[in-house]
Order: sequence, then C-alpha cells, then structure tokens
Amino acid sequence: MLKPLLDFEKPIAELDTLIEELKRSAANDERRKAAEHDNVDIESEISRVEERRDKVMREVFANLTPWNRVQMARHPMRPYTLDYINAICTNFVELHGDRIGADDPAIVGGFCQLNGQTIMAIGHQKGRDLKERQHRNFGSARPSGFRKALRLMQLAARFRKPIVTFIDTPAAEANLMAEEEGISRAIAYNIQQMFHLEVPIVVAVIGEGGSGGALGIAVGDRVIMMEHSIYSVIPPESCAAILSEFGRDRGRASDAAAALKLTAQHALQFHIADSIVSEPLGGAHRDPIAAARVLGNAIAAELKELASVPTPVLLDARYKRYRSIGSWEEIEREALIVPVPADHVEGPMP
Amino acid sequence: MRAKSRWFTKPSGRNGSAVTNMPEGLWVKCPRCAEIHFAKDIERNLRICTKCDYHYRLHAYERIDLTVDEGSFVKINDDVMSVDPLGFPGYPEKLARAISSTGLTDAVVCGEALIDGRRCVISAADFDFLGGSMGSAVGERLVRAMELSVELRIPFVLFTANGGGARMFEGLYSLMQMAKTSAGLAKMERAAVPYIVVLTDPTMAGVYASYASLGDIILAEPGALIGFAGRRVGNQDMGMKLPDDFQSSEFQFRCGMVDQIVHRRELRSTLATLLMLLAEEGSDVKTSA
Repeated sequence: MLKPLLDFEKPIAELDTLIEELKRSAANDERRKAAEHDNVDIESEISRVEERRDKVMREVFANLTPWNRVQMARHPMRPYTLDYINAICTNFVELHGDRIGADDPAIVGGFCQLNGQTIMAIGHQKGRDLKERQHRNFGSARPSGFRKALRLMQLAARFRKPIVTFIDTPAAEANLMAEEEGISRAIAYNIQQMFHLEVPIVVAVIGEGGSGGALGIAVGDRVIMMEHSIYSVIPPESCAAILSEFGRDRGRASDAAAALKLTAQHALQFHIADSIVSEPLGGAHRDPIAAARVLGNAIAAELKELASVPTPVLLDARYKRYRSIGSWEEIEREALIVPVPADHVEGPMP
Repeated sequence: MRAKSRWFTKPSGRNGSAVTNMPEGLWVKCPRCAEIHFAKDIERNLRICTKCDYHYRLHAYERIDLTVDEGSFVKINDDVMSVDPLGFPGYPEKLARAISSTGLTDAVVCGEALIDGRRCVISAADFDFLGGSMGSAVGERLVRAMELSVELRIPFVLFTANGGGARMFEGLYSLMQMAKTSAGLAKMERAAVPYIVVLTDPTMAGVYASYASLGDIILAEPGALIGFAGRRVGNQDMGMKLPDDFQSSEFQFRCGMVDQIVHRRELRSTLATLLMLLAEEGSDVKTSA
C-alpha cells in the first residue's frame, strides 16, 4: 500500500525507501555477497543513511510552519482515539448510544483501565479507509454523539471514575439533520454540564481541535496537547474564505493558519493548554507505540496529581480556569475623557 | 455611571442610550416584502414592517429601551474593552471602526434594570458591532453580568443578535469564551437563578452553541435567523433539500429548541410575566434599583 505523504515528508520518505532497500539487500545472501565483493559494508551504509534521514527530519521538523502543523494534525496516518486507547489502556469496554435514539460512531467511549485504575475514555473517532471514514463521518460528531459523551461522563462521575477525553475533529456536523436535532444546544449543554462533573477531567488534544465540535467534550482540569496538534476557532480554509485580508481565498489557508495562532505551542503560550506532549521525531504516525506511551504517561501523571484534590476545590479551580481565559483590558474611563467629535454627537453612524 | 460614558456616546435615548440610526433617511424598504415605508411609521411600530410583520434588527440600546422601565437602566461592565491578542491582520482597524460607527465599546451592552418593576440583570448584543461577535471582552462582560445575577439573586435576561458567533480575530481566545460563558451559566444553574434568553436576528455558530442555547427559558422573535453553521454549509450536504424556513425561529421552534416565539409587541409583557412567575417566594417584589 502506498503511504500518504505530505510534501515536506517526501525527502524523508525517499531516504526511508533507500534504507528499506539496503535492509532487503542485507537480508539477501546473494546481494550481500556481491556487496562484500565490492568492499561495501551494508550495515554501516544503513546507519549512514539513517543518520542522514534523521538529520533531514530534524531540519524539516524544526522549521514547520503553522500550516504544516495543520497538515500534521490532519495526517491520514496519524493515530486516532481508539489507537491511543488500545495502546494506553487495558480492558476497554466500549459503550454505545445516547439513550434517546441514536449512536454516533464519530464519538467513541467506554470504561477501561489506565495503570490499573478505571477511567472513562471518550474521544472523537476518525476513520482510516474511505469506508470507515464515512462511517465515522470524518470525526464530525452529531448531536447524538455529544449526548452519548455526556451520558458517559455523568455515568463516570456517578461511579467516581476520572474522565479522559481525546480531541480530534475537524468540526461538529452542520447539516440539516444536525440542526434539527439541536447540534448547538447539544454542544452548549455538554460544555455547561462538564463544569458540574465531580471527578477529574483530563483533555488530550491528539489531532484537530476543531472549534465547538472539539470543545463539546473538552472542558477539563488539565488540557494536554500533542506536539503536532492544533486547536482553532475556525478551520483556516474557512477563515481565509471569509476575510478580505486573505482575499476571500480558501487557497490562502496557510496565511490564515499563521494569523489564527492555532498550534499547540500557541495554546500553551495562551495558557489554554497546560502542557505539550513531545511526539517521536517525524510525528506520532512514525512511531505510534512510542507516541502513545508518552501520552499515556502524561495523562497518568495528571490524573495522579488531580486524584488528591478535594472535589469542591477541583470544581472551583475548573471554574476559575475557564473564567479567567481571555485577553481584554479595562479602561480607566476618567483618564480617557476626550472631547466628543462632532460626528459622534448624534450617536452612531451619521 | 451614565455620565462617564460620554466618551463614546451622547446619552439621548430614554435610558441614556445613543439614538437609533436605522432605518436611515425618510423612507425605508422592507428587506422582506420590499414595501416602501415612511421611516417614522416603522419607528412608531417598534421597527416592525406594517405590511409583512418583518422585525427589523434593533441596536442594543433600542432593545433595552423597548424592554426596561423608563430610566431604570444602569450600565455595567462597559469599560471592559477588546484588545488584539493575536496581532490579527486588520482587527485593530475593524475594532476602531466598529467603536466609532456604533458608539458602543463592544458588541454587548449589560446593565441592571427593572422590567415592570422587577429587578434583573439585562444584556443586549448589537449586530452592527462586528456582527455581534463574541471576543474576550464580550465573554468577560457576560460572565460579570451572570456573577452579578447570582450575587443579587435576580434573573438574567439576555438578548442575542450575535450573527458573528465567536470572533475569529481573537482565535482560540474567542473559542474559549464559549466555555467561559457556559461556566458562568453553570454557576447560575447551581445557584438556581433564572436565565432567560431571547433569540433575535441573527444568532449563529459559537454564540448559539454556547450561552444562547442555555436559557432556562428560551424565547425567539419571529423570523430571526438562528442556527449553527451558515446555510451554504448545509446546502453542500449531499444534495439534502433544505426547508424554506431553515434556521429560522420557526424552524428552531418546530425542532424543540425554543419555548415560545414572541412578537416584539408582546415581548416586554411576556418577560414581565415570566419574571413574576419565577420570582422567589418572599422576595422583595417591585423594588426600585
């Protein structure tokens, strides 16, 4: 199968291919003998090319643009929620249905164990191949998905099991049916009710943090972001298409991505994320097991810290955490009184 | 309090508000039925088309004037101002233009007021201020209003008109205002202080998917545009045919998202009745602010 590649991954992939060929040669007696005959040491050749590849990779990944981060967050090979749950947790029992009339495959959840402790794991789920992608609605949750998530979260809270959510969605579903079933209310109600849940909540943004669709399961006591994940109020393509600053041109999504400051590194700077989990060089998809191990450790560490916090303190801190988000200034009115310009006197817009 | 606001507006409405600016000129054309009206007639009719009942959009202060008891409105939180946290291209200019063209300091106006003698905290959005969009200043103003509501144990009455949803020029900060305002409403919920939402034209996206959907009681004006994502998004969806009234008040009512559609003429009395019905036992009724 041909692996899907991003443009900036191509030079790395070429070296990968070369390494694979060398390894095949090393495994092939005839070719190895031929190489020995030519005084070529395949093993050292392999490590030489590997070194070169790692160097290229370090260079490429040290210089990722915000748009490259968006591409990484959406990478079709990237590990998804169930990949992480299966790698990090044991005894996962998936629970389905919103108990109102539907089960949304775009959000998965269930009880499982992390380091022997029972948790409720919930996340957006994208599909790997075309069929599964459609089945999962590309990770875009419907109202029933948010209602299922809330049901599971409240279930967890009742049995005093901490909640871990995995965020990876382009946006919530926005079609006619979603509107009819109250997508806005479903998201809003989840966000509000998450402030009442009397157990620790750890949020892990593993890929795309797509606006309200992400936030609908992303109110937490700790927010962890993977190194190449994003969190944005609007997809950069839509932002570029709306604003004249970008010529109302979807093609200028990379400019919009830069302006929106949507990377994990920015979220950390804005104190909206608490920490960033480093990914293996080249991104989580190059070594999903290693990526999962690091993420699992980070989640477990946060849960351990939160476990000792008394519930009222926990809820109060959660409130204050979101209460304080924002960037605004309070004008000292007295200091600002200036003569009212003539066109202001008659009120708005002459 | 009111005297301090002179920097931005000249108080001249009933509640120290800026005077209306729309419909402009002597004549107006109804956006729905295209009938030409004498502007004064529309003005006198609460800015409702005399022919087809179209409800014109109201400015924040027009809305407040129409709703609260004369002279009872005391503005709060008006000094919380937007900044440009991301250095977003064009945002400072857009902000400056919105401030000078509307005479407002941001997209929502909050205050304490009486409605038929009953105290409440009230908030109204103004679509002409960057589409009524929610940035950090809007979030902060609203949460302060909610906290005041809880502190005084008086209901919070909120008029939307936030067609812009979250203010994308503030990036992740604006998205998080959905969580911030919902946190404030979780607090109100726990304190059992009533929160009444009136959905007005237009209410979309991040605002509809947060505090606009969380009213204990949700009313809507007739014919308002109310929805999650723009109509174009829905249209592209696998050729799904959209109903003619898609994302209208009537559509949302039919889907169970709205308690009542209330004509502008009835709105004040409906709110007054609700405040009366929800008043706490033994609470001081008909106090002055």
